[in-house]
Amino acid sequence: MSIIITGLLLGGAYALIAVGLTLQYGVARIMNLANGENLVLACFCTFWLFSTLAINPILGILIVAPAAFALNWAIYSYALRPLVKRARTRGALEVDSILATFGLLFVFQGVMILTFGGGYYSYNFLRVPFAIFGENYALNRVVAFGAAVAVAIALYVFLYRTRYGTAIRAVAVSPESAQLVAINVPRTSAFAFALGGGLTAAAGALLSTFYTFDASMGVIFTMKALIIVIMGGVGDVRGAVLAALLIGLTETAVSSLIDPGLTVAANYALFMLVLLVRPQGIFGRSNA
Amino acid sequence: MSLPTTREWQIAVGGLIVLIGVALVPFFGSGYVLSLTVNIAMYTVLCTAWAMFSGPTHYISLATAAFFGIGTYAVGLGLETLPFPVLVLVAGACAAALAAVVGIATLRLSGVYFVIFTLGLAELVKQVVTWWQTNFTTSVGLYVFTDFREQHILWMLLGLAALVFITSWAISRSKLGFAMRIIGNDETVAKHVGIDTARAKVLLFVISGAFIGMVGAILAPRFAYVEPPSAFNTMISFQVVIMALLGGTNRIWGPLVGVIPFTILMDQMTAYFPNHTPIVIGLAFLAIVYVLPHGVTGLMADLGKLRKRFKLVAANAGEGA
Repeated sequence: MSIIITGLLLGGAYALIAVGLTLQYGVARIMNLANGENLVLACFCTFWLFSTLAINPILGILIVAPAAFALNWAIYSYALRPLVKRARTRGALEVDSILATFGLLFVFQGVMILTFGGGYYSYNFLRVPFAIFGENYALNRVVAFGAAVAVAIALYVFLYRTRYGTAIRAVAVSPESAQLVAINVPRTSAFAFALGGGLTAAAGALLSTFYTFDASMGVIFTMKALIIVIMGGVGDVRGAVLAALLIGLTETAVSSLIDPGLTVAANYALFMLVLLVRPQGIFGRSNA
Repeated sequence: MSLPTTREWQIAVGGLIVLIGVALVPFFGSGYVLSLTVNIAMYTVLCTAWAMFSGPTHYISLATAAFFGIGTYAVGLGLETLPFPVLVLVAGACAAALAAVVGIATLRLSGVYFVIFTLGLAELVKQVVTWWQTNFTTSVGLYVFTDFREQHILWMLLGLAALVFITSWAISRSKLGFAMRIIGNDETVAKHVGIDTARAKVLLFVISGAFIGMVGAILAPRFAYVEPPSAFNTMISFQVVIMALLGGTNRIWGPLVGVIPFTILMDQMTAYFPNHTPIVIGLAFLAIVYVLPHGVTGLMADLGKLRKRFKLVAANAGEGA
């Protein structure tokens, strides 16, 4: 029971990261490998806001997420749009965006190492026990999960119940057809990319309340998020949430039953399974 | 396959002279020069082997560190039971086996799956090796004591470099190389003309992985003590991508153009500004995308074409006057 609850609590933060990435890749068509650095940057900013200005990390999301939104909008418009314009095929754009975001990954990582050093960081926020079904869990994890659920619900309403949200989903399905129904595709892509960055930053702010972070851990999170995105089906928000909870569960199960050092192996086992059985994702439709 | 042309013979002889020249470095250069030369030779083989697969397919492989580490571990584990040359072959076979598994799982699908899979591959193998060593053996780490010194490692690497260049050249002239060029241009076309694209890609990835595994094996004596974090160093994967793409992958010797300056740069960086290395790596990636999308050799080829056109224009103008 405790494995299931811990796993779900962890899966909540993963879900936000993966939903952010699935928006960036599924709508803006950019495979953003610097997404993990975006997350770590948000961890550091939340930590900094909390320790110097005593701003509650949950409220800190209201500062960190819009800042990340603006930063990602700028990255998309200045660094990535030229690549979208010059790409002749989807494959060429993929290679270019992978290499460009590798560049961003290392630049961000380098700047963070220079600013904060290579050490491990954590801070004390709501580190008190909280009982669920007679067993104790850290309150900060529970609060972070609750906040993640709130953000996810808000996003769901936005994507499925508003005009702009529908436009975003239309671009995800087909950028060419979306243009025909008077959707401004470049603007929508930039918005989706920025929104994805904002969501990831929100996840980072939540993660920092209970997770020990350091400047170079971003790649691992990018990889987990990518695996979740593939599992859920590219561009599919509901699939990403379900896959994230699954990953959270397997990781917790493996680390508490077998060895805490095997979490990446657990991710890969799931990934292999998906690739062999359902490469189009849990909810994905087969192209062939 | 036809016989090599005169031009190819010239290149082969030139290459051989360069190889012999580099092989003489241990007799003249200082210890520092020798160790730098070993690094350059190592990255030359790694990048050429990487470009063998990633050049024509445009799939960015980040599996280099995993293959390299497996090669190193093969030597560490088998040093007491098998002679070293056999171990190098075993290392190549182990890396090839891993490449086959990765390739069969991902290369039937689109390229993105492949990149994601290789992104964490070194980390995965590292975790499994660490877990296995802490639970089933006595220590995390292996001693590799041999009689080899830097010059012996260099000579072995140069031998392997010759082998990689010859293999690369042979593949580019074979049916497999022709198939890869079609796949690289348009995979749908390749499928329609009856090429088993998945098989061709997996085969090439296996060959490239085997070479990288052998480099890891040859470098093992240099470490003396092998443990997971040093053997599966993910930075190797990224540096190989940068060097190969900086040089350009449209010529067999293209990666070499990126290897030499970048190895020297990285050597200086780690010595004097270790904290700035990630930024330099990041800027190098950005430079590749925005400034040199086809590498230095690609740029040279473009300039060559441009000059020819200018000459034509000038000649035409001269006729007109």
